[in-house]
Amino acid sequence: MLHIVVCVKQVPDSREIRIDPKTNTLIRQGVPAIANFYDMHGLEEALRIKDEKGAVITVVCMGPPPAEKSLKECISLGADRAVLVTDRGFAGADTLATSYVLGLTIQKVAAEFGPVDIVFCGKQTLDGDTGQVGPGIACRLDLEQLTYVQKVEKIDQEARRITVHRHLEDGVEVVETAMPVLITALKEMNKVRRAPLPGMIRAAKFKPVIWTTQDFPGLERAKIGLKGSPTIVSKTWVPEQRHVDTEMIAADTPQATAGLLVDKLWQTELPQRFGWANGSEV
Amino acid sequence: MSEVAEENKKKAADDMPDWSDYRGVMIVVEQRAGKAASVSLQLLGEGRKLADKLETELMALVIGHDVRHLAEEMIYYGADKVYVSDAPELKDYRTRPYSRVCLQVLRDVKPEIVLQGATATGRDLAGAIATHLPTGLTADCTILDVEPHPSRLLLASRPAFSEKMLATILCKQYRPQMATTRAGVFEALPRDTTRTGEVITVENTMKEEEIAAKVLRFIEETERFNLEDAEIIVAGGRGLGGPEPFKMLQDLADALGGVVGASRAAVDAGWIEHKHQVGQTGYTVRPKLYIAVGISGAVQHLVGMQNSDLIVAINRDPDAPIFKTANYGIVGDLFQIIPALTAAVKEKRVLIPQSSAQEGVTHGKI
Repeated sequence: MLHIVVCVKQVPDSREIRIDPKTNTLIRQGVPAIANFYDMHGLEEALRIKDEKGAVITVVCMGPPPAEKSLKECISLGADRAVLVTDRGFAGADTLATSYVLGLTIQKVAAEFGPVDIVFCGKQTLDGDTGQVGPGIACRLDLEQLTYVQKVEKIDQEARRITVHRHLEDGVEVVETAMPVLITALKEMNKVRRAPLPGMIRAAKFKPVIWTTQDFPGLERAKIGLKGSPTIVSKTWVPEQRHVDTEMIAADTPQATAGLLVDKLWQTELPQRFGWANGSEV
Repeated sequence: MSEVAEENKKKAADDMPDWSDYRGVMIVVEQRAGKAASVSLQLLGEGRKLADKLETELMALVIGHDVRHLAEEMIYYGADKVYVSDAPELKDYRTRPYSRVCLQVLRDVKPEIVLQGATATGRDLAGAIATHLPTGLTADCTILDVEPHPSRLLLASRPAFSEKMLATILCKQYRPQMATTRAGVFEALPRDTTRTGEVITVENTMKEEEIAAKVLRFIEETERFNLEDAEIIVAGGRGLGGPEPFKMLQDLADALGGVVGASRAAVDAGWIEHKHQVGQTGYTVRPKLYIAVGISGAVQHLVGMQNSDLIVAINRDPDAPIFKTANYGIVGDLFQIIPALTAAVKEKRVLIPQSSAQEGVTHGKI
């Protein structure tokens, strides 16, 4: 049976984050934590493979204890087990340190629960937006790497080959490679299902496996958390915005308002430049 | 969080190791079928500035098959030195053989800065090699600068915290300093065929049988849609309320000879494809005319479009921040204004005498 690992991160819901206009700082209070939605498309794909071919799904997450919430969500949807890797020592990790810990975690998952065939990650997280952790994990585990995948076309378990569609800027690339493989999921890959009632009941009582730094005998302290992170944030600021004297256009009807705006546009160099010509001269 | 900030400061104050072995700025060039990606040419332009400020060389690395001609092109666009690895195994981008060549060059040449486009391919490759080296990698930068000698630090700035702020990221303890950058942000230098430089051949050491990945086919996007180079954009946001109203924007864009853009909110909601997205994790645009419809004007969106020449904002909310950035503003119901605007544009265009219309038509679909 296939063993699929899905990496999930719990992130602040970016849509809810605001900037305090007076202090130019982030307002973090009251921002809900959610499972990174790209990761959930990875989980959904794993569930579809499980439905079709049979598979065991292990979800792994690095984060503080409240991240248990996202793991429970994965269990409610149909994941078989969940591991939360949590320790103050992991805090402040950039993508290099994160991929180190997740790499070790997946190695340990393979050692304890059986070899892994496919690892799913989201294409990127909502808070970091880097897309670097997936390739980082693939690199550390020496897995084949397929990023920006919008469709899993075929899995040949006997030949241990997988075919996917990668969405690039200029088109779609169909690529086949060997398993074990790491795939980063786009949201176009599938539609995430709703949790069935029995799943929700199971999740309510569920406790994830917890691993801390103590559970990784070979762990190198210099490679985790802040210390293991080559990149540092030196400053943050709110970008300057262009301020212009805005001319508000208003008339009695939408038609009249639109007419006024078109007149304004026709007074610029745009009509000539774009061959709209100048109607008023006819 | 304060603990993290404290430790960050402490870390920043640490003395940096001696990096005098590492010199030069390297651009990893992305190409398909022998044609360089525009972001790579833009990076050569920006890399030239950084290299000059550091009084060092600008280098380019070209990987592919039948790509030797690109070496010269990279010199015309600003490179002093071009490394070329040309082999049949390198025809299509595949992570393993490309990262093998890249790592070999980076270890031999030891550039202090390595830059790539933040495209699917660029991010795939950069993520792999930064982990192998290992070193720090900053994604999706929109501003690059360097501190002069002796620190020679790359100041890589990118939108952060859900794109509401910008953050400058440093990498002090590792070399090379790596970053991927957004397409459309930097400007390429004019192609100068009088420039000369050195071309160095790099052997590909990976045989086909060692490469598990096979590219079976490539389905090119049939609809050639290019937001980045568009000169007229009609963009929609949350205010549209669903995918249907984008058709209305398309009508207006068609009447003007432009294309449709979108805010992140609209793309995240699944109303329109990602390739239409303006702003962080989308495209940075600078068209002649930008019409923002039902877009409130979050920082991340403004960053992506505020260099447009002329901005028109249409929004129901008179307090929407987008109005501060707009040259012309209309407060009202977009569902009434947009069709009226499309009709008004069409009407004005119909009045064009046939002969002058044909002479004048250089852009647009009409």
